[in-house]
Order: sequence, then structure tokens, then C-alpha cells
Amino acid sequence: MNGPSLTKRERLRSRVTAVIGLILVWNLLWGSFTWLNTISGAVIAVLLLVVFPLPPVKFGGRLRPLHVVTFFARFFFDLVVASFQVAFLAFRPGEPKSAIVAVRLRVRSDLNMTLVAEAVSLVPGSLIAEADQRTGTLYIHMLGVKDAAHLEHLRAEVLRLEARLVRAIGSDAELRKVNDSREEPAA
Amino acid sequence: MTVQGVLDAVAAVCMVTGALLSLAAGIALLRFPDLLSRMHAAAKPQVLGLLLVLTGCAIRIGTVLDITTMVLIAVFQLATAPVAAHMVGRAAYRDGQTRSDLLLTDELAPHLDEYADQTAPNPERRP
Repeated sequence: MNGPSLTKRERLRSRVTAVIGLILVWNLLWGSFTWLNTISGAVIAVLLLVVFPLPPVKFGGRLRPLHVVTFFARFFFDLVVASFQVAFLAFRPGEPKSAIVAVRLRVRSDLNMTLVAEAVSLVPGSLIAEADQRTGTLYIHMLGVKDAAHLEHLRAEVLRLEARLVRAIGSDAELRKVNDSREEPAA
Repeated sequence: MTVQGVLDAVAAVCMVTGALLSLAAGIALLRFPDLLSRMHAAAKPQVLGLLLVLTGCAIRIGTVLDITTMVLIAVFQLATAPVAAHMVGRAAYRDGQTRSDLLLTDELAPHLDEYADQTAPNPERRP
């Protein structure tokens, strides 16, 4: 757990972010942004966080808007490809082959692991079977694997996804780690 | 063709494609050989299918009140479907419900004992 290493200020920031997020959701649920919704939302958000405290999330990076857009564009493209791929496999005769591979992420923060895991589950061929927080390893179930070369390609795909995510929201140090790594093939 | 006509056509395409993807997800659920493969069907075509149906609805209905709700549905779908798939897949794998004859490699198997040892003192707490 990275929890205890947070400073007081970071903890406060993570709570304030949570409250703002919950107020936003509350407003969206009511369908309009009014002062009444915002104030009642704030009350409920604080209550929720007191009753169900969230583990603090450390966000050490900074947003790079251009890369965020790239990440999401690529993500939705991948989602479409993945959906049609699974749909295609569903109608193809025979049983699709699969594999479970271990992919060690270069950036081991909780936030990075969670987001990569979420995104990986929605892009072609992959689903998380197990996650190891200590070593930052994701065990990924790959569907529709043809052969060993295809498998390596899929493995590299996951690392590239991580790189895109780090470029979008990672800190400079994390970005360097990703750029220095030799595991990443030329994208 | 009027603007409204174009919008209607786009909405219709979105809804039909979304419905077909959901159908494909259902067929995949029935046809795929083991649980982990089936979770792929639950996590991907189904999510995109829902997003497309929502997009179609948003274009046709077009009121802010309904669109905000749809945005929420979309966000939560994207956030929760992978988690649900992961939890079910993880439990199934540990329980030996996966068919290892379909796997080209399994890099998790050698490590699973490690995690089993880790959780051994308190086996009920983790699935």
C-alpha cells in the first residue's frame, strides 16, 4: 500500500478531488447544475467519505492535455476493434485459443496499475486475470492468440498502452522510466 | 436531406450496431469454451454496444436531463465492467475453472502458489 507515504496535503487534495467528483455525479444524476444540487451534493459527498473512507490515491503526475486526447482517441479506437474482434470470434467455428501472460509494468503506482488494468480489459484480446501490487505485475488473459509471435506482439501492445497513459498523466520521473525502458519496441 | 434526417440516420445506425454487438456478446457467452474467454465477451462488445445504444438515444432524445444520466451510465459502465470481469475471472482461475488445454502459455500458474501462501493464514478473506 502506498497509503501511509502520503503527506497531509496530498491526503487533503485526494479528498477534495473525491468530493468534487461526487458533487459532479450528484448534479448529473439530477440532470441540472443548480446551487441546491451542488450544496446537497457536497453534504452527501462529505457524509459518504466519512462513512466509507476511500483509500487515498497518490497522483504525482501532471496532465498533458494533448496526450490525454491521444490516449482516449486510441482507447476508443481499440475498444471498437476489440468489440468487433470478439464478435467475430463468436461466430467463427472452433474454440479460440488463449494464453495467460505476465506483464511487468514500469510504473508501479496504484493509480497507474488500476488505470492500465481498466484500459487493458477493454482493448483487443486482453483481460486481467490477476494483479500483483508488490511487483507491479499484471497477469493478462489473452483471447484469440494465434502463435508465440502474436503473443509477444500483444505483450508489447500492453506496454505501449502503459506508455500512452504515462505520457498523458504521469510525472516527469515516470515518463523518463517509460522512455528509458528498452522493453518498449518502437511504436 | 435535412439536418434532422441525418441525425435520425446516425441515431438509427448507432442503435442497430449497438444492438447487434450486444447480440454478438450474448452469442459469444454461449459459444466460448471457458469462463475467462466468456468474460471477454462480457467486457468488450457489450460495453461498446451499450455506448452505441446510449449515443443513439442521446441523439434522438436530445434533452440535457436525459443526456447527463446517459453520460453517467456510460462512465460507470466503462469503470465497472473491467473490474467485474476481473473479479469473476480471478475467482474462477483460482478455483480451477479455466481450461488449461486452451492456453498456449500460462505464466500465472507458477506464481499462484506464492499468492496462495501469502493468503494462507486467512483463506476466507480472499477469494
